[in-house]
Amino acid sequence: MAAAMPVALVVLLLLWPGGPVLAEAPRDSLREELVITPLPSGDVAATFQFRTRWDSELQREGVSHYRLFPKALGQLISKYSLRELHLSFTQGFWRTRYWGPPFLQAPSGAELWVWFQETVTDVDKSWKELSNILSGIFCASLNFIDSTNTVTPTASFKPLGLANDTDHYFLRYAVLPREVVCTENLTPWKKLLPCSSKAGLSVLLKADRLFHTSYHSQAVHIRPVCRNARCTSISWELRQTLSVVFDAFITGQGKKDWSLFRMFSRTLTEPCPLASESRVYVDITNYSQDNETLEVNPPPTTTYQDVILGTRRTYAVYDLLDTAMINNSRNLNLQLKWKKPPENGYIHYQPAQDRLQPHLLEMLIQLPANSVTKVSIQFERALLKWTEYTPDPNHGFYVSPSVLSALVPSVVAAKPVNWEESPLFNTLFPVSDGSSYFVRLYTEPLLVNLPTPDFSMPYNVICLTCTVVAVCYGSFYNLLTRTFHIEEPSTGGLAKRLANLIRRTRGVPPL
Amino acid sequence: MAATYCLRLASTALAALLLLSFGSLAASQIEDQAEQFFRSGHTNNWAVLVCTSRFWFNYRHVANTLSVYRSVKRLGIPDSHIVLMLADDMACNPRNPKPATVFSHKNMELNVYGDDVEVDYRSYEVTVENFLRVLTGRIPPSTPRSKRLLSDDRSNILIYMTGHGGNGFLKFQDSEEITNIELADAFEQMWQKRRYNELLFIIDTCQGASMYERFYSPNIMALASSQVGEDSLSHQPDPAIGVHLMDRYTFYVLEFLEEINPASQTNMNDLFQVCPKSLCVSTPGHRTDLFQRDPKNVLITDFFGSVRKVEITTETISLQQYSEIMESSYKEDQMDEELIEPLKYAEQLPVAQIIHQKPKLKDWHPPGGFILGLWALIIMVFFKTYGIKHMKFIF
Repeated sequence: MAAAMPVALVVLLLLWPGGPVLAEAPRDSLREELVITPLPSGDVAATFQFRTRWDSELQREGVSHYRLFPKALGQLISKYSLRELHLSFTQGFWRTRYWGPPFLQAPSGAELWVWFQETVTDVDKSWKELSNILSGIFCASLNFIDSTNTVTPTASFKPLGLANDTDHYFLRYAVLPREVVCTENLTPWKKLLPCSSKAGLSVLLKADRLFHTSYHSQAVHIRPVCRNARCTSISWELRQTLSVVFDAFITGQGKKDWSLFRMFSRTLTEPCPLASESRVYVDITNYSQDNETLEVNPPPTTTYQDVILGTRRTYAVYDLLDTAMINNSRNLNLQLKWKKPPENGYIHYQPAQDRLQPHLLEMLIQLPANSVTKVSIQFERALLKWTEYTPDPNHGFYVSPSVLSALVPSVVAAKPVNWEESPLFNTLFPVSDGSSYFVRLYTEPLLVNLPTPDFSMPYNVICLTCTVVAVCYGSFYNLLTRTFHIEEPSTGGLAKRLANLIRRTRGVPPL
Repeated sequence: MAATYCLRLASTALAALLLLSFGSLAASQIEDQAEQFFRSGHTNNWAVLVCTSRFWFNYRHVANTLSVYRSVKRLGIPDSHIVLMLADDMACNPRNPKPATVFSHKNMELNVYGDDVEVDYRSYEVTVENFLRVLTGRIPPSTPRSKRLLSDDRSNILIYMTGHGGNGFLKFQDSEEITNIELADAFEQMWQKRRYNELLFIIDTCQGASMYERFYSPNIMALASSQVGEDSLSHQPDPAIGVHLMDRYTFYVLEFLEEINPASQTNMNDLFQVCPKSLCVSTPGHRTDLFQRDPKNVLITDFFGSVRKVEITTETISLQQYSEIMESSYKEDQMDEELIEPLKYAEQLPVAQIIHQKPKLKDWHPPGGFILGLWALIIMVFFKTYGIKHMKFIF
């Protein structure tokens, strides 16, 4: 027993240094995730999120050992006593009408809002210095942030992380709409990632594909979060998010087949070894909509269902840490294919040629029931030559009305008629089968007001020019070329002589 | 006896001869060492690359600067030692048919923008004031490190400027100019403050030689793409992009630099021969009278490359166990857990709280000197005109 005790003690001693290491999670952890959402308009949205959680109280201990959490940001938090930092760079605008609600939208340009700790004495000075440092880190002109574009919101922008008390005096918000986002902002953003575009989801971040998009938004969010369920201590969370929307026509060449290779010109080769979780989610909620079915290839291992942004959504989950999904010999190239039943429509379009032929657009459409279908066409007005204008150009120009030929289902089936025996109003259109009747409708003609040139302009110009020439040049010419000599006034014309005659008879002195 | 004497003489003579020869060998070795010592006196390299033109049709100036940036990075100067100033954004310009790219050769052969670019001064920040502040080091204290030129007296600096210029000036962003006199004075400030060891100034603009006419500080070598009275011409347009992609001088300089590697021994005389009049249409010029060394002894990599003093050691260094660090601080956290009460997240839109919050009164400051003085004046004038007897109505 005595011998067993020291043995047990020794065994315990050997295990103890390793115990806490194996049983608890490491001090910082990385989770990465990519969400691919096919949008109603045929485009595809991809949202990357890289989240590093660091279980450390930066204010209490002097930290010198940084592992996954980037040192540049960690030093910022402790030097400027930040509570929260949110910085985003966006190019484009999220079109909610066509694309649905976004996960996280950001304004076009650069946006920076920061909550400082209550220990900061001069918030404005810290704010100015912080924006200068961030402009150096992210290669952006954030140094233009000063009192002219900074505000202190009083009601919104509450802290997104843990907060005891929200005195809005410690909040500052600024936005620079003119800021351009390009590769030089993406490069330092990528360098903050632990795996830094070498492994995991960040290999997909190639600038020449990410900027060829309708919407590009990259952001950095730092906030304190609960470390555990009891929420007695703080962990710092750094989230780096990047959202892009690939346009169906620019990137997809009009087809609605998407794959990781087509979007990013890369496939996923290996997971990030520093990540504790690395997943790809594909939104398969609109599994059958508009009679189109979405097929995802390779088939997912699991699905995830939840209420996101108010609606119930289903996601296909691909776990990159699962060796069955990805290993040294297999790349992961997700493919999304839309399978449509064959269309029974017809479109014929003949574009106009100036002064030769007009536009012709013919479409065969099947109208869905209980719905309103709107057909609109955009046209450009070309400039006319000045001889082609009518004498009354301010009246405008007419666009011919559109024609709608329709087969309308009859309420009551009609019998085929004998043309000679039935009345004339029934035999305008031939009827093949009685279940529907043919009708041809016309829309109103369109009167378009074109910009009218000022036809009196040449006349006015000629008058003015000639007047100026005559007055100025003519006067100078006369002054220079004519000589003036004094002339004796003439002694009188006939009228003067007659007048003098009458005056002499009156006895009045002559003129 | 005479024979031994003769032999001794011969041996001493031989010894003396051998000694002399050894001495001369040693002397030549010392001479070699001394020459190496004086060959390149710099310990670090910096580059300041400036493009001063705005607007899409000046795409070629951005491409010029980026191709020099690319060569300089390739030959070893790190981003932390390069100050890159681009006055407009061409890569992500809405008019660029291939976003995030800037090409230097037509048919889109070479993307000089790359995937790893760091632009320090961009868009509206490229001004004459910022450029001169970077050169002279007189920058506001809150400027981040990547925007500073932290050179010392052992730094070789490469300064490349491109844009639209004239006789004696260079235009910045279509709104201001820098004159050759200002530039020369800035370099003199740098010399006085010992901010460079040697400086290579390259300029690719019309009448570029006028910009280096006024230099008067030592150790400056200058190259320009055209003489006074000549225009620098652009190289070739690309029909897909729609603008001229590069200027001729920088295009041929880029071709020349693509053949340099960090170990090459090509010297400055070869750089002077780049782009003769037959290819460039303008006459490139150079100025070496202020430079102390002979240009044929100056390597291209002295300015375009970077000196890396690397010492390789075969010792092993043992690092501290990571688990020990983790362990000690983990114990601290466990102790405090029970004492603190749980924290909670803030409510994002507390409507009741917002409606009932009182607007914060701004801190009341007593009226300043001017207001006080004005009121004092008014009161004095009143009592002077109407007499002091009105005071009794107040008190």
